Amino acid sequence: MTKSSFSNIQSEYLALIDHNKCVRCKRCIQNCGWGTYSFGGDKILADHSKCVACGRCYTYCPEGAISIVKNPTVLRENANWKEGLIKNIWRQSETGGIVISGMGTTFKYKKYFDHILLDACQVTNPSIDPLREPMELRTYLGKKPSKLDIDFDETGEPILKSKMPPQIELQTPFVFGAMSYGSISLNAQKAMALAARALGIVMNTGEGGLHDDLVPFGKNIIVQVASGRFGVHRDYLNSGVAVEIKIGQGAKPGIGGHLPGEKIGADISRTRMIPVGTDAISPAPHHDIYSIEDLRQLIYAVKEATDYEKPVSVKVAAVHNIAAIVSGIVRAGADIVYIDGYTGGTGAAPNIIKDHVGIPIELALAQVDERLREEGIRNEASIIAAGSIRSSADAVKAIALGADAVAIGTAALVVMGCHVCGKCNTGNCSWGITTQRPELVRRLDPEVYGERLYNLISAWSHEIQEVLGAMGVNSIESLRGSKERLRGVELTDAELNALGIKHAGL
Amino acid sequence: MFRIKNKFNAERDISGCGLCGIINAKKVKTNGGDIKRAISVEHDRGNGLGGGFAVYGNYPDYAELYAFHIMYDNLPAKADVEEYLKNNFIIEKEEPIPTFRTSKIYDHPYLHRYFIKPKSDRPDKLFHELGDDDFVVNSVMLINQNYDGAYVFSSGKNMGAFKGVGYPEDIADFYKLEEIEGYMWTAHNRFPTNTPGWWGGAHPFTLLDWSIVHNGEISSYGINKRYLEMYKYNLALRTDTEVITYILDLLIRKHKLPVRLALTVLASPFYQKIDKMDDDKKELFTALRQIYGSALLNGPFAIVFGYSNGMVAMNDRIKLRPLVAAAMGDFTYVASEEAAIRAVCPSPDIVWSPKAGEPVIVEFEEKNIPQKGGLISL
Amino acid sequence: MITIDAAGMHYKELNRLIREGIEKGIRKFFLENVNGQYYIGDGIKGDDVVININGIPGNDLGAFMDGPTLIANNNVQDNVGNTMNAGKILIKGDAGDVVGYGMRGGKIYILGNAGYRVGIHMKGYNEQLPIIIIGGKVGSFFAEYMAGGIIVLLGLNDSDEFDSEYFASGMHGGTIYLRKKIDFSKYSKDVELYEADENDMNFLKKYLIDYTDSFNISSEEITAKPFYKIVPSSARPYAHLYTSA
Ligand code: SF4
Ligand code: SF4
Repeated sequence: MTKSSFSNIQSEYLALIDHNKCVRCKRCIQNCGWGTYSFGGDKILADHSKCVACGRCYTYCPEGAISIVKNPTVLRENANWKEGLIKNIWRQSETGGIVISGMGTTFKYKKYFDHILLDACQVTNPSIDPLREPMELRTYLGKKPSKLDIDFDETGEPILKSKMPPQIELQTPFVFGAMSYGSISLNAQKAMALAARALGIVMNTGEGGLHDDLVPFGKNIIVQVASGRFGVHRDYLNSGVAVEIKIGQGAKPGIGGHLPGEKIGADISRTRMIPVGTDAISPAPHHDIYSIEDLRQLIYAVKEATDYEKPVSVKVAAVHNIAAIVSGIVRAGADIVYIDGYTGGTGAAPNIIKDHVGIPIELALAQVDERLREEGIRNEASIIAAGSIRSSADAVKAIALGADAVAIGTAALVVMGCHVCGKCNTGNCSWGITTQRPELVRRLDPEVYGERLYNLISAWSHEIQEVLGAMGVNSIESLRGSKERLRGVELTDAELNALGIKHAGL
Repeated sequence: MFRIKNKFNAERDISGCGLCGIINAKKVKTNGGDIKRAISVEHDRGNGLGGGFAVYGNYPDYAELYAFHIMYDNLPAKADVEEYLKNNFIIEKEEPIPTFRTSKIYDHPYLHRYFIKPKSDRPDKLFHELGDDDFVVNSVMLINQNYDGAYVFSSGKNMGAFKGVGYPEDIADFYKLEEIEGYMWTAHNRFPTNTPGWWGGAHPFTLLDWSIVHNGEISSYGINKRYLEMYKYNLALRTDTEVITYILDLLIRKHKLPVRLALTVLASPFYQKIDKMDDDKKELFTALRQIYGSALLNGPFAIVFGYSNGMVAMNDRIKLRPLVAAAMGDFTYVASEEAAIRAVCPSPDIVWSPKAGEPVIVEFEEKNIPQKGGLISL
Repeated sequence: MITIDAAGMHYKELNRLIREGIEKGIRKFFLENVNGQYYIGDGIKGDDVVININGIPGNDLGAFMDGPTLIANNNVQDNVGNTMNAGKILIKGDAGDVVGYGMRGGKIYILGNAGYRVGIHMKGYNEQLPIIIIGGKVGSFFAEYMAGGIIVLLGLNDSDEFDSEYFASGMHGGTIYLRKKIDFSKYSKDVELYEADENDMNFLKKYLIDYTDSFNISSEEITAKPFYKIVPSSARPYAHLYTSA
């Protein structure tokens, strides 16, 4: 049964059941968050129009009886009038709404990471064995003075004269990107908190406040302050290792957020400190920041409230003039700048923004790093790069382009079962990630997925060590910003220039 | 054809090598015979495309003047540079650098030296209040970048570099080092791997009284360079040696770190070790790494670094390049191979292998007044 | 028997003389005034060939050697016994870095200290059992990825100082014997420490006596103390690190 009689839009996928294999255990009915399946008395029925290809049903079907296939009913091919465009016109003409979705853009823009190659040692300098010899990934995020200030003690030994500004210590240069309670489930946050603690890294509360259950993880948490100021109070600011002021997000630069009132249950209400059932609206801008000096005012308000003991991070989306913007942010006193590229994920954002606004993280990062160096202020703040870091190779390249650390968002959700179906905005995530429905959330076991997150970051860290070893360096700081170890392939001069790297062979 | 500047289209100039140093802590002088014999034992560590020496204490009669050693491709270049020098410096003496034609070094640039000091009323004073050292550094960089066919390869006081394309023992003969006396000598035998040899690229690399000879390839060159560029250093030569010299200049002169601590930046202890230190030390070393991570020399290296107060030898933090030291009375010797030391000091009082990243520092017992001020003006 | 004055001689010439000598049937060589010549004993064969070296032999002493005995009466430089297959190298002074890299058989006895990365990737093969015995102390990365054979660290001269780091990192075969117990926290997590039992001592004794005889020193002092032994926890310490694509 489909809705074809009411809508021009055909089902995108077909949920096909092999009734010979099916034992009618009804697990699929239970597992699908979108209600695709029902029981028709003697067999399972599927409403194809509801299927989003989230992959939950076939993963849990004990008989392997389910296949999800792309609906073979085609629109006539037309490179100009692509299927998605036509369908959006139908959708919008039927509803009058803005098209929204979750996750990052699905457009096929050039992925610069895939056009960058890494260097390795041969003869003139040796590679280093990363398994047997020390290979340091420890990373400190925060402002560094430009020079060491020393004094001498009675015995003439040098000692530190002034204390270092506060730093976040990471055992490996990864952080979990900001994802709020509300946009994702508490169990998903807990999985990240458990992993962050075991790995010696940090997760980020996002703008949804800090749930009581996460308070004990304070040493591994960055708390966020966004325009909605949900759950923000003095203790909140002091409960993590750093505070992040969120200006923008790669998937939706310049756009606020909206968590509908039906999702604001008792628990979220308490965490966000808003009444049950009211919409949680994050305004597009912070209404106390209309200019760079206002950002400075907020940064220092946070620093005062935390007695200058926590580094303050500012998160921005990578937009056209990012280098100048970040320079301003650094001069405004940020200790960390988190730059989110245009392919970054989101719980929900208008497609027009997601698919068309912002710039790639690779280019943003290279330009920001270069600009801060030119101005002699690169040491004033650390840079976190984000916006779909898909592998350790992306991480290595980002670090060589100038990042101090990278943030993992979508990849962390993929660990929890996410199949990047992009329907997070519906709140029906079958994997219990981007949903608040208790029966769905319950299935996401924080311990199980905490361990898997731990495994992933450990494996990626080992891979980075392999690359460092091949490059003949034994510390991540010797890779950071070392664009000399990168070469481009299939890139134009303008692209190479923007990245500040040479073409392969040169 | 000889070449004095690196015109090759390589991002950087890398090389393998051998090195030696001899210092007498009481400033007793020896001629260049010993250092030549020592480095010639390491003949096979080079390939004849670069050899050189630095000597300290060789110009006692002009000890207060900057001794510029300049190599020229052609005479017009010489005239241009001399015009600049005349406008900005008082030239007390100038002469060709004495050389001895040998069959081994047949093709060489024109080599000239000048004993000079910056004029107090030089035109530059209208714009800047640079100290003499800073002005000298700016002048050296200016000539090396903007005067085609000219290259300043030595600019310190009472010291000099003598280098070129050839095996070091031949370079020693060419410059008649056996007729030169000094209380500290360093030497280098070069094995360039990605550019043909060029005269300016031989080691030592010098800047004012600093001189560096170096063995190994710095795998972190890319970030070391970008770090220095942030402090407005111009890395024209694209050599590891240049990077090391400027890092030391930044740390010791500009940031005023004690020599030992500055060296710790180059080969910092691992966190594993830092974490076990007592609190004060841990704080210091952690801060050192946090601040100077981009200045860490990562990859294999051994360096011998000469400065007006003495000499330092050290290698990288996991000891990927060889370094041996020996002492005999007031003499200290360092070399890539023990045999090089034994060639001039057959039975030293002690011979030892310095540990990874732990510098051997020998300072003169009667210290010179340290030079003040930063080298590079922003 | 032949005496060669190596003063000022290039290694090529020196090693050619040795090879030619062996071919002619000479079995005993005395090299005088050696200073820095590389590759002495490189790739030579002959179990009864003995080369006595006065002076400082250069790098790669006894590389690829397959049978002869080299006696170095002074210090030696780096890479002694590189990929050596059989034979014996006696060093009466100190040795440089990377002793016995990839050594598959034969013995290296050092009276003094040795540098960094001693016995790196040394391996046994069939009946071949490479052995390194060091009288003094060693630098860091001792027995790095050791895969087989025996290394004995005596720590004579009671040098209490044992500050080598990254001890037995990546060791996955062979045995290390120590005459002194040392802070186990310095070791890599790839190894286990035991007290040597009687079997171990019986096995060890014949090599220790060979060692002391070679240097004409008393064996009593050396064998008196209890020994400790280090063995790898696993022959495949990294198996868990990989996953197939
Ligand atoms: S989960 Fe599989 S076996 Fe169970 S009812 Fe659904 S299709 Fe049938
Ligand atoms: S998190 Fe979002 S994209 Fe991933 S499976 Fe759930 S709904 Fe789909």
